[in-house]
Amino acid sequence: MDGVIMHHVALWTAAFLTLGIISFLYRDNAWYKFCEAVFIGISAGYWFVSYFWDNLYGKLWLGIFPTDPTQPPDYILLIGGALGVMMLLRLIPKIGWLSRWPLAFIVGATAGLNLIIYFASNVMVQVEDTIRPLFGANYAASAYDIVGNIVVAVGTFTALIYFFFSKEHKGAFGGAAKVGIFVLMVTFGASFGYTVMSRISLLLGRIDFLMGDWLGVIK
Amino acid sequence: MRRQVPLIITFCVGIFLIAYVFSPPLTDFGENFSVYFDIIAVFAFFLGGGNLIRIHTNNLRRRKKDWWYSVVTLGAFTLMLAAGLFKIGNPGGIGASLTTSGSWFQTIFETLMSPLNSTMYALLAFFIASASYRAFRARNREATILLVAAFIILLGRTPIGYFLTAWIPDSWSILRVPDLSVWIMSFPNLAGQRAIMIGVSLGVVSMSLRLILGIERTYLGGDKG
Repeated sequence: MDGVIMHHVALWTAAFLTLGIISFLYRDNAWYKFCEAVFIGISAGYWFVSYFWDNLYGKLWLGIFPTDPTQPPDYILLIGGALGVMMLLRLIPKIGWLSRWPLAFIVGATAGLNLIIYFASNVMVQVEDTIRPLFGANYAASAYDIVGNIVVAVGTFTALIYFFFSKEHKGAFGGAAKVGIFVLMVTFGASFGYTVMSRISLLLGRIDFLMGDWLGVIK
Repeated sequence: MRRQVPLIITFCVGIFLIAYVFSPPLTDFGENFSVYFDIIAVFAFFLGGGNLIRIHTNNLRRRKKDWWYSVVTLGAFTLMLAAGLFKIGNPGGIGASLTTSGSWFQTIFETLMSPLNSTMYALLAFFIASASYRAFRARNREATILLVAAFIILLGRTPIGYFLTAWIPDSWSILRVPDLSVWIMSFPNLAGQRAIMIGVSLGVVSMSLRLILGIERTYLGGDKG
């Protein structure tokens, strides 16, 4: 019995919040603002708690005080803990500058990792995948693939030319840049279409919830 | 001292993480660095949470306009914190997983956060529709290409796109809207994405080098010291 009541309370609460957010389409109103305030508070709490249990407890605490007696404590994690605590020193104006140290660590680590990762996976691999035999290995590609390969090779090259601003876009170079703009426009159009589709599918999900789960109009 | 030490830390950590890719014996250290990263992120979240409390408590104390929404935000934040940190209502107790079915944390997530989150994003469908009305007016050649590509992708992913062009014979199947949309996604879209990806990555590489070498220092803030 309790389960049924709880189910209905949850259902009505979710419907109340869903309609509250949708009410923004009419105009900014108290119902929407209430739902927005709930969303901010709940989201902040959710991520706070998730990070606390996953990282602070799961990685730092259990790393230093493992529950498995055969596993040695990993005291080197204390460095990470110390850097984390230094982050909080920002709240003490007199020694707030110390919070730059963990920030410098994060910036350095991100820069070092990204430099290699982006160069290896996004530059080298992409260039390698672009420079391929247009007619396939042993000239076995179909007309569909040949045209596609040409479009990819020419499209990538011309779109890169468009991003090259050290030379004025004039003459043959300007013509290639123009083709690059067309390729980029197709890309933006495709991305836009895809984004619209994903948002509409989310909207359909919410309508399905309201009409099906809540009102029971859709079976 | 206040600026030099952070610059040295950035340089050493950056160089170390580049070197670690090339030298397998350093792998363990590299993994430790990523754990430090996660641990520091928790404390950054503490700061963020503290900031949220400070701002909304100020709104409340000074009775600013719409102050009672701050009460709602603080209430929701506290509720989620209490439910998650103390694992209230968790059938397995404090030692069980945070997302155990039936726990308050999981119930709040499913009842409040999940519908709010998806409805917020779903709301964007309407704003995208109004934005596309403005953007999709074919004012020049480039806008027309964007319009046509988006239209084909949209139609190609819906049943109407299939029904509209189902009559086209198999030998010309490429002209059917769903097939055309696949072709656009697989070739011209790929070319554009690739160029953007390469451009962005070269930017990231150069910015990373600037940071590691201490040329870019804006992250240290404005004051001297």
